Amino acid sequence: MDILLSNSSDKPLYEQITVQIKGQIMDGTLAPGQALPSMRALARDLRLSVITVQRAYEDLTRDGFLETIPGKGSFVSAQNAAFIREEQLRMAEDHLQKAAEIGRGHGISYEQLAKILRLFYEE
Amino acid sequence: MDSIYVKDLCKSWGSFALDHLSFHVPQGCIVGLMGENGAGKSTTIRLLADALTPDAGEIRLLGGSPQDPAIKEQLGVVFDETGFHHVFTPKRIGKMLSGIYRTWDEALFQSYLERFHIPSEKAIGSLSKGTRQKLAIVSALAHRPKLLLLDEVTAGLDPVVRGELLDLFLEFIQDETHTILFSSHISSDVERIADYVILLHRGKVVLQAQKDALLYDCGIVRCSRADFAQLSPDDYLFARQTNTAMECLVADKAAFRRSHDHLLVDRVTLEELLLFYTKEEIS
Repeated sequence: MDILLSNSSDKPLYEQITVQIKGQIMDGTLAPGQALPSMRALARDLRLSVITVQRAYEDLTRDGFLETIPGKGSFVSAQNAAFIREEQLRMAEDHLQKAAEIGRGHGISYEQLAKILRLFYEE
Repeated sequence: MDSIYVKDLCKSWGSFALDHLSFHVPQGCIVGLMGENGAGKSTTIRLLADALTPDAGEIRLLGGSPQDPAIKEQLGVVFDETGFHHVFTPKRIGKMLSGIYRTWDEALFQSYLERFHIPSEKAIGSLSKGTRQKLAIVSALAHRPKLLLLDEVTAGLDPVVRGELLDLFLEFIQDETHTILFSSHISSDVERIADYVILLHRGKVVLQAQKDALLYDCGIVRCSRADFAQLSPDDYLFARQTNTAMECLVADKAAFRRSHDHLLVDRVTLEELLLFYTKEEIS
């Protein structure tokens, strides 16, 4: 499993881990049912505190990407990638809808909103 | 389960005093004991290692007393100054320690010497500081302890050696019944592996928290005196005045940003936290 951490990034280390593992689950690099390294092993390999990795694994488990079986470890959720993508899309739609409502209600033009979205997306 | 439990620990001599120190360290983690020179870090570790006798208070290590020989067998202790006589060779040290610890693993000791390029037949006095320090640490690990107490062991070492030791510590806690307490001046690489941080200042615990919570939730607000006057004392934990600005420590930087979006909120480093808590100019 490839995980590249940046020390100069504004993103917390645990978030960098979750984003990359999520990405690898979505694009199929990590297959459903596949075992992830133990939290302690990954902390050793990344030279991080165990708690940082634990936070990442907990977030991934909460969001349905991982299943953690006590005493056995963490596995990529059997739930398929299409379902997860659907779920993410729905979440994005919700947020965009809210943004559109605020924009319409307060005279922020569509172009302005689109510009902001582009800015965030390319960040 | 707690590997270390300390309650109301007191020790004083001359003008120095550890004042009702209380903290605990859960099993399976790495804890950094931070503080300025003279804050009481080394005294604390010496008390835990039974190298000093407390005036008052309670210490439990691995569920037992630090004086209990069965508990001592499960401790690995390394001080800044290695106690090994400089005419001895690493090989001789191994021989002596094998007589002290029933659980001494000579094969493990030999493999450590090889891995860290420590010459077993050379007098310790002729080794570099980094090599001597590595020897002290592998000597403390070769009886397979459960709890490591390390006092400033990476101070003055180059980044390569520090990196090697870091890997060794992370290997050590692969067993989740193992625990490490280390004291340190700030050095970012060692700091990186700590799960919890305990901050000492003038013989007292001023802060005990999960390191990630400190790094990712706390923030430093830098603002003008006029902006500062607009803040309520509930908005920040500490404030101090510099020649050019006011600096305030806030517990939840995301929440602070939401309510004060015109002010600059920075991430905080452990070093800055240490300075904040130890500076006296609190307004």
